[in-house]
Amino acid sequence: MKRTYSLALAALAALLLGVSTSGLVTAWAKPVSYRLPEETAKFKPAANVEIVQNNCTACHSSDYIETQPRALKSKKDFWQAEVTKMIKVYGAPIDEGDVGKIVDYLAANY
Amino acid sequence: MITRRNVLRGASAVLTSGALGASPARSLAATVTLPFENGERPLVKYPQKRPMIGLTSRPPQLETPFSVFDEGVITPNDAFFVRYHLADIPLDIDPETFSVEIKGKVDKPLKLSLADIKKMPATEIVAVNQCSGNSRGFMAPRVAGGQIANGAMGNARWKGVPLKTVLDKAGVQANAKQAVFGGMDGPVSDKTPDFAKALDIDHARDGEVMLAYAMNGRDLPFLNGFPLRLVAPGYYGTYWVKHLNEITVIDGIFDGFWMKSAYRIPDNDCNCVEPGTAPKATIPINRFTVRSFITNMKDSAKVKAGKELELKGIAFDGGKGIKEVAVSVDDGKTWTPAKLGRDLGNYSFREWKLPVKLAAGAHGLKSRATSNGGQTQPLEASWNAAGYLRNVVETVHVTAS
Repeated sequence: MKRTYSLALAALAALLLGVSTSGLVTAWAKPVSYRLPEETAKFKPAANVEIVQNNCTACHSSDYIETQPRALKSKKDFWQAEVTKMIKVYGAPIDEGDVGKIVDYLAANY
Repeated sequence: MITRRNVLRGASAVLTSGALGASPARSLAATVTLPFENGERPLVKYPQKRPMIGLTSRPPQLETPFSVFDEGVITPNDAFFVRYHLADIPLDIDPETFSVEIKGKVDKPLKLSLADIKKMPATEIVAVNQCSGNSRGFMAPRVAGGQIANGAMGNARWKGVPLKTVLDKAGVQANAKQAVFGGMDGPVSDKTPDFAKALDIDHARDGEVMLAYAMNGRDLPFLNGFPLRLVAPGYYGTYWVKHLNEITVIDGIFDGFWMKSAYRIPDNDCNCVEPGTAPKATIPINRFTVRSFITNMKDSAKVKAGKELELKGIAFDGGKGIKEVAVSVDDGKTWTPAKLGRDLGNYSFREWKLPVKLAAGAHGLKSRATSNGGQTQPLEASWNAAGYLRNVVETVHVTAS
């Protein structure tokens, strides 16, 4: 009973402070801001990784690539299709001369 | 042009006193391995979320650990999956100044604040939200896209106002055909098509499609569309536009990329094709296929032979409701109907239970749901290039001894 009481008090204190028990500062002061965890995913170091980094990471993190299936009939076809999609569909400004290097890097490392 | 607006805003977010995640959010050391090739994922901790299966970090995509579905028929807010398409996501939202515009082929264009919306008569509905590509990682042969197991789904009690109320207030014109929905998240490059989805106007006005501001009795979690999102019961999550701030009524069929080219399924009876082939014609993805899962038994589990144990799980479909869940403990040779749990409405997960006794040896446990519309889960998986609609009867392999 005492325990319940002190827990309730703690919850009330947390509420008054605007601090939830999970350590979040909740919607008291506005606007509400959200802090994303730091991005830790990285491309594998290998030949042409800089080109891949420069062309891919402006729009998305490298885990988009890391998590794709690897047991594929043709990795080269798979990654060629993906890079083409990024250019044609999503408007990625990739130099034509870099396309082959990017596809080769992806097929060799993922 | 590439903008890094989100990066800048992310930095500024730290300075405000209303920051969610004032203590630095962190990547946990733990990983989980989803049951398909290249299935290792980090467990990640985001503000307002418990440790989740991290698919991608920018934009954030988080999968619900499957054990959550055994905790209860309602998926807690802090475990609900997160899916974004484009990396320029809003990180600072002022609910005092937030508004949603209703415009286009309406008599009276509106700009409604959150307070305006909360003043209208509210409705509630329990409904499953499921990503179109839920379970994509199980597609055989594998396909490109978000490689998720079965955790890009969740069931919540949504509260908000019917979209119909808002559209009626604006006065939809007689020639209207569709309503188009846009949110505050957008592309990093202006060459990337902004995310927008459309519903036929009659669907938009069916009284069930909702502008929701609360989920399970709380404000929407930030990454689940705070402060307002579309809820399209029975329809795949792609239509449930988050951070919803724009509704445009049009007199044609919306031809934006995310309707016209993406999120399409083969236009045939099975909505499927032979692996590796392209469909003759496609239609926009729409209602969920019927599915069921055993939630209290993990694959490769060891159980006591001859002792009664209760199998438990969930089932759902695209809105007709669940009529029956049949369970097999002998790899599909014989089936026994399970007892259905409380009915929370046709759009909700429906709990089911069945006591079974397993003889010593290996067992393939299966559940197979049938909807009130007569749709039944197939025993063989079908295939489509985008990896949508998976609803094959799943098998959990256990050994009794």
